[in-house]
Amino acid sequence: MDSESHKTTAEKLVYMANQIATFFHSQPMDEAAAGVAEHINHFWEPRMRQQLFDILDQQNNGLDPLVLEAAKQIRKPGTVSV
Amino acid sequence: MSLVNEIDYGTPASLSGKMVTLTIDGNEVTVPEGTSLMRAAMEAGIQVPKLCATDMVDAFGSCRLCLIEIEGRNGTPASCTTPAMEGLVVHTQTKRLKDIRKGVMELYISDHPLDCLTCAANGDCELQDMAGAVGLRDVRYGYEGDNHVFAKSDGHANDRWMPKDESNPYFTYDPAKCIVCSRCVRACEEVQGTFALTIEGRGFSSRVSSGMHENFLDSECVSCGACVQACPTATLTEKSVIQIGQPEHSKITTCAYCGVGCSFKAEMRGEELVRMVPYKDGKANRGHSCVKGRFAYGYSTHKDRILNPMIREKITDPWREVSWDEAYKYVANEFRRIQYQYGRNSIGGITSSRCTNEETFLVQKLVRAGFGNNNVDTCARVCHSPTGYGLKTTFGTSAGTQDFDSVEHSDVVMVIGANPTDGHPVFASRLKKRLRKGAKLIVVDPRRIDLVRSPHISAAQHLQLRPGTNVAVVTSLAHVIVTEGLFDEKFIRERCDWDEFQDWAAFVSSPEHSPEAIEGLTGVNPQTLREAARLFATGGNGAIYYGLGVTEHSQGSTTVMAIANLAMATGNIGRKGVGVNPLRGQNNVQGSCDMGSFPHELPGYRHVSDESTRDIFDRLWGVKIQDEPGLRIPNMLDAAVDGTFKGIYIQGEDILQSDPDTKHVAAGLQAMECVVVHDLFLNETANYAHVFLPGSTFLEKDGTFTNAERRINRVRKVMSPLNGYADWEVTQNLAKAMGLNWNYTHPSQIMDEIALTTPSFAGVSYDLLEKEGSVQWPCNEKAPLGTPIMHINGFARGKGKFIRTEYVATDERTGPRFPLLLTTGRILSQYNVGAQTRRTDNVMWHEEDRLEIHAHDAENRGIRDGDWVKISSRSGETTLRALITDRVSPGVVYTTFHHPTTQANVITTDFSDWATNCPEYKVTAVQVGASNGPSDWQVQYDEQARQSRRIKILDAAE
Ligand code: SF4
Ligand code: SF4
Ligand code: SF4
Ligand code: FES
Repeated sequence: MDSESHKTTAEKLVYMANQIATFFHSQPMDEAAAGVAEHINHFWEPRMRQQLFDILDQQNNGLDPLVLEAAKQIRKPGTVSV
Repeated sequence: MSLVNEIDYGTPASLSGKMVTLTIDGNEVTVPEGTSLMRAAMEAGIQVPKLCATDMVDAFGSCRLCLIEIEGRNGTPASCTTPAMEGLVVHTQTKRLKDIRKGVMELYISDHPLDCLTCAANGDCELQDMAGAVGLRDVRYGYEGDNHVFAKSDGHANDRWMPKDESNPYFTYDPAKCIVCSRCVRACEEVQGTFALTIEGRGFSSRVSSGMHENFLDSECVSCGACVQACPTATLTEKSVIQIGQPEHSKITTCAYCGVGCSFKAEMRGEELVRMVPYKDGKANRGHSCVKGRFAYGYSTHKDRILNPMIREKITDPWREVSWDEAYKYVANEFRRIQYQYGRNSIGGITSSRCTNEETFLVQKLVRAGFGNNNVDTCARVCHSPTGYGLKTTFGTSAGTQDFDSVEHSDVVMVIGANPTDGHPVFASRLKKRLRKGAKLIVVDPRRIDLVRSPHISAAQHLQLRPGTNVAVVTSLAHVIVTEGLFDEKFIRERCDWDEFQDWAAFVSSPEHSPEAIEGLTGVNPQTLREAARLFATGGNGAIYYGLGVTEHSQGSTTVMAIANLAMATGNIGRKGVGVNPLRGQNNVQGSCDMGSFPHELPGYRHVSDESTRDIFDRLWGVKIQDEPGLRIPNMLDAAVDGTFKGIYIQGEDILQSDPDTKHVAAGLQAMECVVVHDLFLNETANYAHVFLPGSTFLEKDGTFTNAERRINRVRKVMSPLNGYADWEVTQNLAKAMGLNWNYTHPSQIMDEIALTTPSFAGVSYDLLEKEGSVQWPCNEKAPLGTPIMHINGFARGKGKFIRTEYVATDERTGPRFPLLLTTGRILSQYNVGAQTRRTDNVMWHEEDRLEIHAHDAENRGIRDGDWVKISSRSGETTLRALITDRVSPGVVYTTFHHPTTQANVITTDFSDWATNCPEYKVTAVQVGASNGPSDWQVQYDEQARQSRRIKILDAAE
């Protein structure tokens, strides 16, 4: 019953990160990367950020260059507390 | 307990600031100029007899009962139409007046049935009261002559007699009892603005008529009830009063349907609700209501309500009724087991925009303090989360800027992506009143909503844009305003960051944002757009109202910021009559957001990473709150599918029906090990639940709701919960079962905790609400009685922030397979997913969801009006019946989403707002074709739903 709209979580995260980057592309240059990073730090749960870092480690990950640039400023999640 | 009594002053209050002093029956009284003598007398405590006047409508002066005498003037003028003037000396009771009044009453009574003892209005009839007031003792005229009272006279049919009209499910019209005072007609025109009623005929033969000789149900009538309220006799009467009798006590409470948050008197007989009557002192509604709040409360005692807790190990099992204790224990054990097995962050909760602030606060507290994580979200995610983000970024506060009264001072009103006459009816009535007095209207919407053309109202401009192009249109409005030099430089220099403004101005000025350049994209005529921009910038006080048609897009947050830019650039912020006003969907969307329902924010919109805020709660609750944001609803579902999220407590929401991409929601829920649904009914989400906890209605609990104008209104308990416990008690008991030491005995204590921890609520308490009726946050030391209008002397964030808003086309595009754009909305008589309204007589107005399609598109596909059609997107397909209309442009189709069988969200996709993940409900590429019945998915779904709703009947032994 699956249809083409059902992406994997990783695909969704790439899509979401790129959407955020698209918005910040239109903002003043010097704020763009910091804007992306801050947004992701603010709203993404550690699990999501961890998955993003896993994706960042891959070649041809489909991420917008602005996300790559912002990556340095995205907080690495600590060990998830149990 | 007694009835809350409201004084009828006879005519509306005058807003004049100039006062005049006069003498009435020897009492000196000072009133604003323009006040009627009738009202002035009432202010002095003197009730002049009256029939055709009531203070909800303008005086008409037809009954001649309210005559008075003025010294030095001839004649006996009507007090309801004569204005008070300086120095007048007025007498309300003289021999001459008494005689005239008796004569008038005699005539009325001679054409009125004398069945007072068995009349539904007995005890609440102004005709009866006036007969008593004027001392009527006998009636000289008999019924032999012409009358409207008897079906037959002298054995012949009486042409003048008309049968009762009982077509409306909630009230009856009995022409035999009508005194033709026209109060109902004026109420329908002035208060509701629908113009459904007229007085037909002249003189003795005149009668009230709904529409063109139609009955009420088939007429234009929207069943708001204003005429029923205005009627002084039993002519228009609530059916519930006819069935039950007159109420004996009442309490003020707040409607639980939409974000207008109307105040009502719940009029009771014991614990039985007789009727809901809008409350004149209610500051959101000023005595008006719509069909939902006024009449659609029958769901609260509907047989489908589940009253006992139930559990089942697997969702394929039938439900098993259990005791409350067993249910709490089961949930607590399951949640602890899951956390032990899959980690602390593997469970979460969803708060409800239909529950009270206090209940919402407790659910997020349970998640943060009990579950030990921040996995809490609310259904505002799917409606207004972009409002929060956009307005916080630009202005510094996640809320609308005005109170509803503000619209009375607006000169130009821009309505973007909202359909107030259906979604926010009472606000729409207030808006229409202002428009009839001359304010100008600009509508930005893909569909020709009712407001564009309705009786005595016509929008100056309707920008009928293609769905998904809001940002392009609003940015282009700014382009015109900046390039034509229409911006308010003084305001911007004072209140905003000038450098940011210049950056933004350069951005919007670029030619690619001109109306001419975007026409191909948006379908909006450039000239129309230019005129709209000029009108908004130069027409006086400009106010913007917007709804889900703005937020539910990939660029929802960007549009909200574009709207904020527009308001700042034109200086339309910080006083009466202007502002940026989100029209909230559900009654407590604002409140649930305020109460910390978002995974990244503690109550009062403070980010979880802020240590000093966490400290406040850590200390009070004796816990350590996580400093990382939690999962949002769509992320929870993704995590569930990935296997890292396993349990959820959902209070008062039906995410399976209200969230996009139904199949994905179902897959997420199915992957969880413990889904707890706390609701009135076995809703669609409950098909996937393991535990069901029965909920209570707003009539059964104390609390507060916060409406779209940030107004905190009391909800008051008028009957005991059928299920035994208010929702806050259930959450508390669940918390206790999980080992938390909570001991609230009344919701007022929860509000005290909110006030203690949240600066914008610091001054709020039940005592204050008792005194003031309601307050608008921020309410604290600086604003002890609340804040009707925000950002008066500067923005909450300091300087207003202009932000570049680049249009980005949504990835949801039409193509050969899916050539049409579907957009969704709501209608008046139904509410949200319809769980409540479908269980009332409101279904008489909306039995099913229909697909609106332009004749051109229908013809191409061989579709006729009323045909079953299949609508499909790349997500899924469903079927419903077509409605051919020119309200939508060719290429666009539209439907509502009130009925679960339609499953409109099977079609919507997983695209969402870039900033907040608010789903893109308003744009889906679809194909429409003929069909001969329900889709496979609908059939399968129905079967699954039927199966999962089975309840095992308990043995007597158990
Ligand atoms: S119920 Fe409302 S809309 Fe209907 S006739 Fe009465 S006032 Fe008009
Ligand atoms: S229906 Fe009631 S309000 Fe309307 S004219 Fe008759 S008596 Fe007056
Ligand atoms: S649904 Fe909205 S407009 Fe209607 S009565 Fe309730 S709060 Fe008022
Ligand atoms: S009340 Fe004044 S004329 Fe009827």
